[in-house]
Amino acid sequence: MSSEANKVLTKPIFDNNPIALQVLGICSALAVTSSMANALVMTLAVVFVTAFSNLFISIIRNHIPSSVRIIVQMAIIASLVIVVDQVLKAFSYQLSKELAVFVGLIITNCIVMGRAEAFAMKEKPGVSFLDGIGNGLGYGFILMTVAFIRELFGFGTLFGIEILPLIQNGGWYQANGLLVLPFSSFFVIGFIIWALRQWKPEQVEKD
Amino acid sequence: MEHYIAILVKAIFIENIALMFFLGMCTFLAVSKKVDTAIGLGVAVVVVLGIAVPVNQIIYQSILSPGALDSVLGITDPKESIDLSFLSFITFIGVIAALVQILEMVLDKYFPALYQALGIFLPLITVNCAIFGAVSFMVAKNLTLGESVVYGIGSGIGWALAIVLLAGLREKMKYSDVPDGLKGLGITFITSGLMAFGFLSFGGISL
Repeated sequence: MSSEANKVLTKPIFDNNPIALQVLGICSALAVTSSMANALVMTLAVVFVTAFSNLFISIIRNHIPSSVRIIVQMAIIASLVIVVDQVLKAFSYQLSKELAVFVGLIITNCIVMGRAEAFAMKEKPGVSFLDGIGNGLGYGFILMTVAFIRELFGFGTLFGIEILPLIQNGGWYQANGLLVLPFSSFFVIGFIIWALRQWKPEQVEKD
Repeated sequence: MEHYIAILVKAIFIENIALMFFLGMCTFLAVSKKVDTAIGLGVAVVVVLGIAVPVNQIIYQSILSPGALDSVLGITDPKESIDLSFLSFITFIGVIAALVQILEMVLDKYFPALYQALGIFLPLITVNCAIFGAVSFMVAKNLTLGESVVYGIGSGIGWALAIVLLAGLREKMKYSDVPDGLKGLGITFITSGLMAFGFLSFGGISL
């Protein structure tokens, strides 16, 4: 892999993270992070949609009139999300019930639109595809980290497998009820951003 | 009447779309630096939600829902019943985009003052997941037309309330000494987390 392709792929994960720095795609990041399984499925779905919407939009970028480009982008993204939704319903009905409206909300996930608008409209298909994967992974990185913390300390499990035996089940770990509540992901993401910016001080916002 | 008031109160406080379902978070965090702009955006969201939810309700019930087209097309055999609900995502997003566009033109022509005030916020709303989310919830809750009007306006007011409150807090926060890494996005996440915590107490109201 050439170094440029490598950069496009890995930069969004730490240096230009869509959630921590670009303020994109936060809605679903907060709502589906109560378990690792949900977060993993959501990550895969978003990587798929961002990568392919970037690819397709980039292929036809010279043929889209700029006045209707938002509608064209929306149509492509919405079609891809419908595919994801139908596949989920067919193969993993239980999971699709749990994720509920949040699969549909990938359409309005600003990461997808944002990358289509900011990257795919200008660059070649190959690079755009990688940029889509990179941004999907950057989103997934935060999602999985939050889910890891919430599931491990909130339920004592990871992917449903018991790691910290709970007191109720005769173990020693007292589950942290706060992390079970949905809004705890606000705090977790806040602290992740803090940690990330301590590590890479150039991301700190000026007043 | 009581039924509608219950839906309204529920949509504003108990099931606040910003703080309980985390919808419209991207704009919620990005455009909440000043109270004035927050009010402008809040009003725009109330208007768009108040129109988009009922319009999509009519379209969903009369065209997309399973079996809705049967009587029009004269289908009596349940095996041939038409189910277009898989098209709902792409239809909703199209309807929302079109509505925002029309609203923009109408406001520009008849209410130039309001149009000036809302300005750049209107197009932003198309990709605001609060709108799409509320429409998806309307389908999931199977609301009637009357209920959907109340639900749309109620969730709009709830969202507006949340963003104005957050903007108020952020304006005050200028005078606080926040650690470097938390400045900007990080502390905003934690503040909204605490607000969501507060709104959780409305969950105790039974209607």
